[in-house]
Amino acid sequence: MSTEEALKSQFPQAGLVFSQFRDNHRIGVPAAQLMDILTFLKNVHHFDMLAELTAVDYLEYEGSKDRFGVVYVLVNTQSGERLVLKTHVNDPDPVLPSVYPLWKAADWLEREVFDMFGISFSGHPDLRRILSPDEFTAFPLRKDYPLKGRGERHNFPVLTRSDG
Amino acid sequence: MPFEVSELAEMDAPDKEYLWTLNFGPQHPATHTTLRLILTLDGETVVNAVPHIGYLHSGFEKLGEHLDFNQYVTIVDRMNYISPLHNEISWHHAVEKLLGIELTPRCKYLRTILAELMRIQDHLLNTGTCALDLGGFTAFLYFFQQRELIYDIVETASGQRFHTSYTRVGGVAFDVNNAWVDKVRSFVKGFGPVHAEVHRLLTRNRIFIERVKGIGYLSAEDCINMGVTGPLARASGVLRDLRKDEPYLAYADLDFKVIAAKDGDCYARYLVRMQEMLESIKIIEQCIENIPAGPVNVDAGTKAVIPAKPSVYRSIEGLIQHFEVMMPNRGFPTPKEEIYAATESPNGELGYYIVGDGSPRAYRARTRPPSYIHFAVFPQIIKNHQLSDVVAVLGSLNIIAAELDR
Amino acid sequence: MAMKDVPDNVFMTSLDAAASWARANSLWPMPFATACCGIELMATASSRFDLARFGAEVMRFSPRQCDLMIVAGRVAMKMLPVLQRIWLQMPEPKWCISMGACACTGGVFDTYAVVQGVDRFIPVDLYVPGCPPRPEQLMAGIIALQDKIKHGGTLNGTEFGKRTQPTGPAPYDLDELIRIREANEKLVALN
Ligand code: SF4
Repeated sequence: MSTEEALKSQFPQAGLVFSQFRDNHRIGVPAAQLMDILTFLKNVHHFDMLAELTAVDYLEYEGSKDRFGVVYVLVNTQSGERLVLKTHVNDPDPVLPSVYPLWKAADWLEREVFDMFGISFSGHPDLRRILSPDEFTAFPLRKDYPLKGRGERHNFPVLTRSDG
Repeated sequence: MPFEVSELAEMDAPDKEYLWTLNFGPQHPATHTTLRLILTLDGETVVNAVPHIGYLHSGFEKLGEHLDFNQYVTIVDRMNYISPLHNEISWHHAVEKLLGIELTPRCKYLRTILAELMRIQDHLLNTGTCALDLGGFTAFLYFFQQRELIYDIVETASGQRFHTSYTRVGGVAFDVNNAWVDKVRSFVKGFGPVHAEVHRLLTRNRIFIERVKGIGYLSAEDCINMGVTGPLARASGVLRDLRKDEPYLAYADLDFKVIAAKDGDCYARYLVRMQEMLESIKIIEQCIENIPAGPVNVDAGTKAVIPAKPSVYRSIEGLIQHFEVMMPNRGFPTPKEEIYAATESPNGELGYYIVGDGSPRAYRARTRPPSYIHFAVFPQIIKNHQLSDVVAVLGSLNIIAAELDR
Repeated sequence: MAMKDVPDNVFMTSLDAAASWARANSLWPMPFATACCGIELMATASSRFDLARFGAEVMRFSPRQCDLMIVAGRVAMKMLPVLQRIWLQMPEPKWCISMGACACTGGVFDTYAVVQGVDRFIPVDLYVPGCPPRPEQLMAGIIALQDKIKHGGTLNGTEFGKRTQPTGPAPYDLDELIRIREANEKLVALN
């Protein structure tokens, strides 16, 4: 039984959206069912590797209804099959369940999404900023943050020759 | 050699008074670039390690949303800067998948050769500096000489020795000539002896083995669960190589082996890398004698492709298309779709997740950086090792800060 | 002492010039290598290019032992405090080369996270442009710096104490620009 049929029969009510583009098999998943479906895929269908976890801010995307999309790319290392799962979250309080209990790879990937987009993951063991400095307040990869920043990069003391 | 884990289990508590805290980096010779570790030590034994990263975070992905598919290639170059061309190849692999462009056979072979040269270049620097950090300067110098030869080769092809920005959507910037082919041939011929010499210097060197054998063990299950790919995973016995599993470019036609080991320690990683270089040489040998003739860029009828210079100067269609592709406010229509595409970079699975919004710019250009994912395993594998093993493990993980922080 | 008393093998020079000469020919670089330029710096020091020919190959990663800082690569805003601290730890007299487009001006990375030129925040003596500069170019830079050190400079380094003005471009004050623009818009609206 293919993964698609299995998912359909296992979660008939979930409202999963299946599609394919080039060689990507994609599934749209509602946030509420996300954890169940990922657990099912990992434990029953051997999607044992989380290759990628990232987010997209759809603020300026034409015709999109939701603010953030979170993308999971799963790999079945035995058959080489790949799945791209996408779920949506919205302001004002974007939260998703953490998949750290399933794949340890999610640890830093979720921290990065939190750092760059401000999407938090409930149940993550250590959700701190990872790339930007701790005192940073903005979420740089959101579309409403300007490319050149808000002057953070100029905010340092200037040393001259006579110092030090 | 690492201690038994059970022996030290109770030391995990952070408030034990006899523990030392040591700051390692961000400016430290053994990290090569900007990594920072906060190590908790019991004497010489590392009880806990907390990595702090982001010291080179430069907003690559944000830039990717502001530059078009051809321009952004100059930025991805700077991501894994010890094998720059491979990033370009991966990036355009993803873009071409999004646009649905099928490369010409000549371009496929050309890119395959370049990708393998980059794999060699990456492994050369990695094994070289790994030896350097453990006190073997000679291997580093021998290997750097070979790197210089590869620099020469890419310079002949592209005009730049380091950040080449050589690939374009649907092809490459310029076709290569016979001088380039000769250079590749002579490199292939001369590489074997140097490789053998370094093999003799390191592989059975007592000091080197003592420092790397049994250090930094990573099991196959952990590799898969933590998303580790590339030589690291193969050194732990995970037989996964995208060149074989999801063939791209010309890899489907070529005859090569996937190198793997069982031990999962630093020594196994070193051996896998050394052997992979020879495998890459084999691939290059097959390709360089069989480069198909014909055009290197796809047919200019495809809207996304920069037309050849003669057609720009001599025909009105060529001129119009050049204008459409080059002007920032024109551009070509692209699918309003999203795609994830990955290639096997020297470091592991290098993927791009591109969201297209119909314009020639990516709406979101996400990189799946292997270094980032590999560095996340570091705290786990360094536990209960000696302080001096930190350097060996860091060297074998091959962390590139620009790719790590982007 | 009359001139004729001096034997042939004795040179007369000022103490300052002798000190500068000695300093110029024994530079100990501190490679502050953050990114791609660092790999070119490595290439400069290793086989084929061999920086040792010009007496500046003793790379020391401890700032206390160095007198030439080579900032190779872009400096992100998280890294700049580290750079400043290392610069302050280096003993006088010290010089700084900013290697590569990123260290000089921010280069291609005109983004929120990258400092737009280290010379805004620490003094820089010599710029080596390029992305990355070829090893030859870096060597030319080091030779030019040696020249600069030989001419000028005093034994006790008093000349540094007088330089209290920052040498880089003025910090780019975003708030100031916004204020100017708003004032202009107001003017336009009034007219
Ligand atoms: S100037 Fe170029 S080579 Fe140097 S750090 Fe910047 S991007 Fe890298």
